Amino acid sequence: MADNIDIHEAVGADGQTETSARRIKRALANGKKERISKNASNKIMLGVFRLAAAITTLVLVAIIAYVVINGLPHVNPTFIFTWPHGVNAEGGIWPTIVSTVYVTALAMLICTPIAVLAAVYLAEYAKQGRLVNIIRYAADTLASVPSIVMGLFGYALFVEAMGLGLSMISAALALALLMLPIIMRTTEEAIRSVPRYIRWGAYGLGATKWQVVSKIVLPSAFGRIATGIVLGIGRAIGETAVVLYTMGQAVNMPFTPFDSGRPMTVHLYLLANDGINMNAAYGTALLLMAIILAFNLFARWLSRKSK
Amino acid sequence: MADAKSPETALAENTGARKRDLALVSRSTYLREKGLQYLFFVCAFLAVVTVLLIFAFTMMQAAPVFTDIGLANFFSFTWAPTEGRYGIMSLAAGTALVTVGALVIGVPLGVGTAVYLTEIASARVRALISPAVDLLAGIPSIIYGFFGMVIIRPFVADLTGGLGFGALTAWFVLAIMIVPTITTLTIDALNSIPMGIREASFAMGATKWQTIYKVVLPAAKFGIVDAVVLGMGRAIGETMAVLMVVGNAPVIPESISSPVSTLTSQIALDMSYSSGLHRTALFGMGVVLFIVSASLVGFVRLLSKMRKG
Amino acid sequence: MTVYRNAPEAAQSAITVSDFNFWYGDFHALTDVDLNIAKNKITAFIGPSGCGKSTFLRCMNRMNDLIEGTRIEGAMQLDGSDIYAEGVDPVDLRRRVGMIFQQPNPFPKSIYENVAFGPRLQGVTSKSDLDDIVEESLKRANLWKEVSKQLSKDGLALSGGQQQRLCIARVLAVQPDVLLMDEPCSAIDPTSVQKVEDLMVELAPEMTIIIVTHNMQQAARISDYTAFFLQEVAGEPATLIEYGRTDDIFTTPMDKRTEDYITGRFG
Repeated sequence: MADNIDIHEAVGADGQTETSARRIKRALANGKKERISKNASNKIMLGVFRLAAAITTLVLVAIIAYVVINGLPHVNPTFIFTWPHGVNAEGGIWPTIVSTVYVTALAMLICTPIAVLAAVYLAEYAKQGRLVNIIRYAADTLASVPSIVMGLFGYALFVEAMGLGLSMISAALALALLMLPIIMRTTEEAIRSVPRYIRWGAYGLGATKWQVVSKIVLPSAFGRIATGIVLGIGRAIGETAVVLYTMGQAVNMPFTPFDSGRPMTVHLYLLANDGINMNAAYGTALLLMAIILAFNLFARWLSRKSK
Repeated sequence: MADAKSPETALAENTGARKRDLALVSRSTYLREKGLQYLFFVCAFLAVVTVLLIFAFTMMQAAPVFTDIGLANFFSFTWAPTEGRYGIMSLAAGTALVTVGALVIGVPLGVGTAVYLTEIASARVRALISPAVDLLAGIPSIIYGFFGMVIIRPFVADLTGGLGFGALTAWFVLAIMIVPTITTLTIDALNSIPMGIREASFAMGATKWQTIYKVVLPAAKFGIVDAVVLGMGRAIGETMAVLMVVGNAPVIPESISSPVSTLTSQIALDMSYSSGLHRTALFGMGVVLFIVSASLVGFVRLLSKMRKG
Repeated sequence: MTVYRNAPEAAQSAITVSDFNFWYGDFHALTDVDLNIAKNKITAFIGPSGCGKSTFLRCMNRMNDLIEGTRIEGAMQLDGSDIYAEGVDPVDLRRRVGMIFQQPNPFPKSIYENVAFGPRLQGVTSKSDLDDIVEESLKRANLWKEVSKQLSKDGLALSGGQQQRLCIARVLAVQPDVLLMDEPCSAIDPTSVQKVEDLMVELAPEMTIIIVTHNMQQAARISDYTAFFLQEVAGEPATLIEYGRTDDIFTTPMDKRTEDYITGRFG
């Protein structure tokens, strides 16, 4: 303790620190008074941010409320389960619901295995390097390709060049390309979030890499992978531009993958655009939105459960 | 077979063996592991193949743009397919006009919402509003277009006169659509800033607002630029919602409330009946859109590489 | 039931605390703390993890206000005026009561901008004044020699120990009356620890310093007064067990629990 007291005194005596302190204080005293008090500007700006969030939330509520209020009176079993008929598309929308479900399921079957295995490669096998960089850049690009360009491409390749015609399979292939980067990314993140020590445990017991991946890693990441798949499905159901020129626009009940059809989104577009049967448009919009929101809420629930 | 032995005998046999060489990797295990690895690689590489294929195939379809249409015609301002004029510049101008307006409205809204959710809102409010942002992201573009057409368009029509089909309506619709993209990515950026520097700022006697604009926003600036660029990509590529509200007139717009057309909406509109050179020009526009979106993604990646040093 | 050993009188104190209680939501974290912090001296808060010493420290510049659901009871005064009185602006309070954190937390800005941050908040705009403040603050933090040639370098590019001294310079630039240090040396290397300790001793004659530390030797080496906090039963609130001159606490602890803690650490 005696040493410390010496230091105190030494510092006090040479005066260096005191001068510093005084100089700082003098400079600080030159500070100008703010034009608007800091508390007022704080209040105003926090209010601005609050307003931004309020607008965002209100817009969502407005869209949902508007579609629900206008759509609900027209949604009934007849609307859901019968065919549209007549020039004004009166009646139901059943074939469009079937087309949407059909093409989404098909797209998911095509896309999921590829996307999951690709993610396994990126997360477990790939060495970081130029090749992985290229793959990631490609996946990001794929995710950002405008959907109408994907539609153009799907039309040129699947419909025309491969001769699949306007069909479920053409639309499903194009949609699968759209879903691929979404599912790939969420799966990779899911796999990476599996703690290292869990893997080490399995390796320590003499498991091969594939055994570790298939028996330990994928099952532990399952909840989050499922979340990604569900989000991808939601995206595919709501997609319009991609399917517009790959599935066709004629109302048809698809049976084989080579049948054409008209999905709900395209139905809504045509009804709204022609303005001939707004009631059916509102009803379709409500059903479409309800299905997609249900998928999104399901995804949220899944991801919360898997945490 | 191993199951047939009792555990005791199995154990006895194991310990009974005096010396056991380390087994070499069996050929079948090796082949299976290697084979699976190649399979996974092929799946991952499919993303690259697809992107190249999209570019190559669209480009191939668009080839006559260079030969039969000519670049001078293609990059001119007159879009009149029936007269053999395939100038996409007025469409590109429409895309630019619509995108810039959407960003002007959407960026403050999106970033503001993100800042509110991460820096200001209480946990309870956050738990209420964050799902709303996610749901907003999930609503399909056709619904936004529909909503824009039946609600925002009449409102704009009252405001400006005319029918309300035009860039102004598209601004509002697209702004709403890019808010979730911008908000989500900005939230990620803000959350990655260590709590410590906020505490340090408060401990220095900064108010919340001073902390936000002097410390938090500068620290997150790259992430926010990412968010804005990707929001911009979304606005440029959006098709259906724009198609339903812009009025689809392929001309240089006279005002923000007069009908315009964008690259995406024109493709969607004309694909159903186009043929010959007209169709070729649509694929040419597809190539342009593809290059723009790939460049934006490249820009974001470059930015993040620079940031990491 | 705190034991006091030559504890400072209220008259010579920078901060006086009486009947202080603190809650995180429903959890009663601290109970019945009474103590005076001597002006321009170094006071150490010691005690095992979870004993509430950091919580108590963060009450002194109302950093706990930033955490939802916290609540206090009792009185805490800075130079005779109540810190928690109605209408007191915590922002102004924090300009007078600076804080250094366990993890060095420079802003992702240049060294210069880090130090100029506080003065700028207070409206200092003149370049020459700012230059002066930055230089003097860095000199007082014993960092000037190492960084004078690279003031535009990012603060995060410095070593951990340098970062912590930069944070100290940043606080010194606003001339606080009180400096709170929350385990300032636990995340930096031993050489830097020495420098930070020297710095604290140099600053003490003109600044009240309170340090939370897990390091018993550190408390014994540099502090004038020591307060020992303890949470005896998990789930029950922690409290102040023994408080007084560092010499007394370390050489002749009166409370059995203080003695156990100190000797246990020394083996």
